[in-house]
Amino acid sequence: MHSGTRPKTGNLRRRSLLKNLLAIPAALALAHAPSTLADAANTTGLAVTADTVKVGILHSVTGTMAISETGSVQAEKLAIEQINAMGGVLGRKIEFIQEDGASDWPTFAEKSKKLLVNDKVAAVFGCWTSASRKAALPVFEQYNGMLYYPTFYEGLEQSPNVIYTGQEATQQILEGLDWADKTKGAKKYFLLGSDYIWPRTSNKIARKHIENVLGDKVVGEEYYPLGHTQFNSVINKIKLKKPDVVFISVVGGSNVAFYKQLKAAGIDMSKEKPLFLTISVTEDEILGIGGENIEGIYASMKYFQSLPNDNNKAFVEAFKKKWGKDIVIGDVTQAAYLGPWLWKAAVEKAGSFDIDKVREASPGIELTTAPEGYVKVHPNHHLWSKTRIGQAQKDGQYKVVYESKELIEPNPFPEGYQ
Amino acid sequence: MNKVGSFIGRYQLSHFIILALLIFVVMPLALDSFRLNMVGKYLTYAFVALGLVLCWGYGGILSLGQGVFFGIGGYCMAMFLKLEASSPENTAIQSTPGIPDFMDWNQLTELPWFWVPFQSFTFTIFAILILPAAFAFIIAVAMFKRRVGGVYFAIITQAIAAILTILIIGQQGYTGGVNGITDLRTLHGWDIRTDEAKTILYFVNGLLLFGCLFVARYIIKSKLGRLLVAMREREDRVRFSGYDVSAFKIFIFCAAATISAIGGAMFTLQVGFMSPTFVGTGPSIEMVIFCALGGRLAILGAVYGALVVNWAKTSFSESFPELWLFAMGALFIGVVMAFPNGLAGLYQTYIAPWLQKYVPEKFHWIITNRNPEESGAEIAVAGETASEDEKKSKAGELSHAGN
Repeated sequence: MHSGTRPKTGNLRRRSLLKNLLAIPAALALAHAPSTLADAANTTGLAVTADTVKVGILHSVTGTMAISETGSVQAEKLAIEQINAMGGVLGRKIEFIQEDGASDWPTFAEKSKKLLVNDKVAAVFGCWTSASRKAALPVFEQYNGMLYYPTFYEGLEQSPNVIYTGQEATQQILEGLDWADKTKGAKKYFLLGSDYIWPRTSNKIARKHIENVLGDKVVGEEYYPLGHTQFNSVINKIKLKKPDVVFISVVGGSNVAFYKQLKAAGIDMSKEKPLFLTISVTEDEILGIGGENIEGIYASMKYFQSLPNDNNKAFVEAFKKKWGKDIVIGDVTQAAYLGPWLWKAAVEKAGSFDIDKVREASPGIELTTAPEGYVKVHPNHHLWSKTRIGQAQKDGQYKVVYESKELIEPNPFPEGYQ
Repeated sequence: MNKVGSFIGRYQLSHFIILALLIFVVMPLALDSFRLNMVGKYLTYAFVALGLVLCWGYGGILSLGQGVFFGIGGYCMAMFLKLEASSPENTAIQSTPGIPDFMDWNQLTELPWFWVPFQSFTFTIFAILILPAAFAFIIAVAMFKRRVGGVYFAIITQAIAAILTILIIGQQGYTGGVNGITDLRTLHGWDIRTDEAKTILYFVNGLLLFGCLFVARYIIKSKLGRLLVAMREREDRVRFSGYDVSAFKIFIFCAAATISAIGGAMFTLQVGFMSPTFVGTGPSIEMVIFCALGGRLAILGAVYGALVVNWAKTSFSESFPELWLFAMGALFIGVVMAFPNGLAGLYQTYIAPWLQKYVPEKFHWIITNRNPEESGAEIAVAGETASEDEKKSKAGELSHAGN
């Protein structure tokens, strides 16, 4: 500030020095004034102004995962638009910065860092695969960001910087197996999955539950690489071992091959001999597989597009209005939709955008307007949610045949299942 | 300067200095720590591109599997860092504390034997330098001794990249699977995640890159370099002159592998994890693109190629998250169609003559190379008007003269 004025005479100099000295506190006060509004709700320098707040959306919109992650992007954009229409968060409109993870895990880390360090976003809604989350997680922990992660996943993780809006493994698996055991009288199970961390952990939990809790038998456990398309040998094994239930966690494009080959091998999935129970095929995947190829299988999820409650009807209608009437909504898309709403609720409860305060406020946040019904944030940062069993129909939708009575408690580190 | 200049040459030296200024002065001053770290990451790809200039540009061996060596280097470093991050205190929550988290998830109860030596930093450094060279040696001996070359060799390197990816993903209990080895924290207790550490690693990376550039330049200027060019152009003639062609090919392929592995190790240090996405066929081909874009005969071009492509990738994807791949495609097609010799060719044919108009005569040595004794790079580019055959014979004559 001093360098700005260069008085020539001594007299002037003294006076202007005096003026300058006086001006310092005044200028400081002035400089401070415009930002005081933001300061109360933002003491850590996030991208929050008097009437806007910036958040990040980080999913793959290119590459192999784009087909799965697009739904999440659409859901998050819809939620943000609806929140803005209601007046925003703490009186501020949400502006989002979208980044592409490009189905490439290091890119997720790079873009997370960009969003947190350069853009100073107040929250990030993003990641989809476990690999992308694992890559981005150290960045969120180092720079203290907040990530809302939508996918059902393997558990074994509980970060202070992540809110997991999807199910951890036990929430999806245990109730489904109980249902198969009690309602369908299943005794023999065959476990089948793609070869990576989520199916392996899921099947580890499933096996322990089947053997130790239900007292039933696992007659086979098989894994195939991601993208595998030749399932004839495992189909023969299934025919040979005659399990009552085939429990499936095959992901991505492999699903298309698997179900088509099942049908081609003459197995009628709706006869339930064996019964096919998947934890990985949502309405989105059926779009690729074709309803007629998968008709009759069961899925254990927390959300189906066909849920008959009013929240969901409004959600489906709004979603279709924004993104086209032929679009389908799967489990993860709904979980992604919860992200911005849960964040809004936590910010409003905290009265601040500060990450630490939002984190503190998050446990106990309830959402009565969730399309899946009522959800609540557990102190371990996962959601209490119901498990539902749906049966795939020819039109690519699931018909809900079972719903757990109570909300299931999230338990990312299940005792006795490790 | 005379000593250095003996294998670098005045013109090349000036360009080395320009690049050094760019990497060590301009970038750190102009960029914040986040962007600087990203440039550091791009520069690790420059190692691979540099390796490709040697083995493809000069040796004529197109390898579409350089990601394998980048990956081996990266995984060696990641294994060391992961073991350090998995101390029993850090992993107390696991069923078996003291082993990496992904092993615990996969029900392993003890550290596999091949992980044990990676507890030693010295061993890790040796592994980074020697393992890829040894692996490259096996591949190269098997191929070149049987005179397998050209497209067949390229296909085989692709297959190896694919096999290694499948192996890493399939053996997730031992390798971290598709997630890779993540959450790396410290190097000998030094936190590599801080901004300060990233800046230091950036400079270390830059120095190593220059080390490799000097080595590459030395190889090119040596008799070996001449032989490589000769071999690329007329392999039979060189063989009939009594040289064992395969030995030279094996050597240059191993050298390229080691250089790539150094890049991989630096990548792991700067990015903080390693995953099979860098090993596969996709990234391997992408690395060839860096090299082609920079100019496959220009070792400095490789660095610029890696920088330009990755910078474009980042900035396009930030500005147009849903359309950026098209922009990248357009960039590749545009450059390859308009400038077959990459950025180096663009410089030589258009920028240098233009600069000459505005720069006093006595500084022309900075801009263009007048020394006809220079390597094949400039010959191919300078002989732009000459037909393909003339160029070949020129290069052939030159290498014979060198013999």
